[in-house]
Amino acid sequence: MTISVRNITKRFGTFTALNNVSLDVPSGELVALLGPSGSGKTSLLRILSGLEQPDQGTAFLDGTDLGSQSARQRNVGLVFQHYALFRHLDVFENVAFALRVRKRPESEVQTRVKELLQLVQLEGLGRRMPSQLSGGQRQRIALARALAARPRVLLLDEPFGALDAQVRAELRGWLRRLHDEIHLTTVFVTHDQDEAFEVADRVVVMDHGKIEQVGSPTEVFEHPANDFVMRFLGHVNVFEASFEAGRARVGEVFVDVDRPGDGHGRLYVRPHEVDIARSSSKDAIAARVLRVTPLGAGLKIELRAPALGSNLRADIDWDRGTALALRDGDDVFLSLRRARVFAQAA
Amino acid sequence: MGYTLVYLSLIVLIPLATLALKTAEMTWGELWTIATSDRALASYKITFGASFIAATINVVFGTLLAWALVRYRFPGRGIVDALIDVPFALPTAVSGLALTAVLAPNGFIGQFLEPLGIKAVFSPLGITLALVFIGLPFVVRTVQPVLEELEPEVEEAAAVLGASRAQTLWRVIVPPLVPAMLTGFALAFARAIGEYGSVVFIAGNKQFETEITPLLIMSRLEAYDYPGATALALVMLLVSFTMLLAINGLGAWTRRRAGHIT
Repeated sequence: MTISVRNITKRFGTFTALNNVSLDVPSGELVALLGPSGSGKTSLLRILSGLEQPDQGTAFLDGTDLGSQSARQRNVGLVFQHYALFRHLDVFENVAFALRVRKRPESEVQTRVKELLQLVQLEGLGRRMPSQLSGGQRQRIALARALAARPRVLLLDEPFGALDAQVRAELRGWLRRLHDEIHLTTVFVTHDQDEAFEVADRVVVMDHGKIEQVGSPTEVFEHPANDFVMRFLGHVNVFEASFEAGRARVGEVFVDVDRPGDGHGRLYVRPHEVDIARSSSKDAIAARVLRVTPLGAGLKIELRAPALGSNLRADIDWDRGTALALRDGDDVFLSLRRARVFAQAA
Repeated sequence: MGYTLVYLSLIVLIPLATLALKTAEMTWGELWTIATSDRALASYKITFGASFIAATINVVFGTLLAWALVRYRFPGRGIVDALIDVPFALPTAVSGLALTAVLAPNGFIGQFLEPLGIKAVFSPLGITLALVFIGLPFVVRTVQPVLEELEPEVEEAAAVLGASRAQTLWRVIVPPLVPAMLTGFALAFARAIGEYGSVVFIAGNKQFETEITPLLIMSRLEAYDYPGATALALVMLLVSFTMLLAINGLGAWTRRRAGHIT
């Protein structure tokens, strides 16, 4: 099933949740809508599910206009952040709900529910009540329930938002494998960049009711379309710069940039694009180490560089860190491997 | 623990035990004769019948009222919410007078009922109306908190899963409310059985027709017929106790089914 969204606008009072948004999701793809809260990602999902109506624009499923279909006619699977399980029904009946309201024969219900509990790896828990399950188990039941009537598309609204970090990481991987197994067109809402990158084929970055960029995780991370995407996807050092003769000037330092700027602007440097050396070289920037923090696969170094006029952060790997043997207060020299400039927003 | 027992004994158990002792002065035969006299039987019928009907009406409309208060934001909602408690706070005699005045043939509502041949005062209908009035807050105040806990998301989930409005109502909304509705029913019913003040004015108190058991007990007392009064009281006590026990049991059972682990 392909999803097409054409020029959708949605307002709540004076707040514009979606501003003329268009998007295509090819059949079988898993797309993440990524953005800060208030960016319109959940509104878009709710419009697709039929729980909200757009003020303008249309959504299509395989070319059919969804506007004339109510939520119950659409047959889409929806998973909520807070599970929204039926507390008075056991796990089996929760999963069976969509089949029960469609009055499917008992034998079909039995087979299908067993199949789904197996799919979400919770076979044997059919007679438990939702209150007896952990958060991760509840969300898997919610997913099984959403899949019961073989929905045309699957919509997930911050599905792991209410879970603790470890369970969240586990379920991400599990969801990706599940998607590879069932190949259902899926739209996944999240504000967590790592989650979007790990799970999705493509990422749709949203802000203020608009789509800022659509692309694979590598594309949007390596080639951000604008400064919002650059800032939103991971940490970035930002410097006020002026542009002279194809180079950028930050404080007293000249930096090569990937595109010529004009007048004043901002320079963006990712922490992993900052190199640290013990000895000076051409164009190197003197700095002092403020703090060294171990961070996953590498070290996070906070630095003060008077010449740049501000503090900055550099991420280096363990081997480099061991070689440099940095300690708080050491004097070092920096070079910026890559600095980005974006066209000023009109 | 000790304090609880002492307090409970002083306030509840000792008076009840005295009642039983007082009754014990009679033989079983005498007790049976008094408790099953035609006048007594007629009064049970009207008391328990009207209470049951009133509590049933309150469960339906009290739940709807609680629903409106929880789910909708409308002007005057705060006032309506506060008004629910008026029957709690009002002295029952005042409620009785007010209801009688409103429903009497020349009253505000009574004047429209009279031409239709509906007799709202001095009739079982009047008694039932008075009991509906005093029982309403019990249902609203027990159902309201449960409704507040029921997330609207659950209804959305049901709709997306293909349920119609009716299916959502019967399969998703009502089942979690049943324990609270039963508790509300029990409280409204218990209150209605014991209600005296608001009913005596509107009932007219005709023997065999609109005489409620509490009133019959009163008139026995006024005639210095203490054994007669206590016999009737014992019957009421037994019936109320059994009812409460049954409804609490039912409530606990539905609560377990509703997934509340106690």
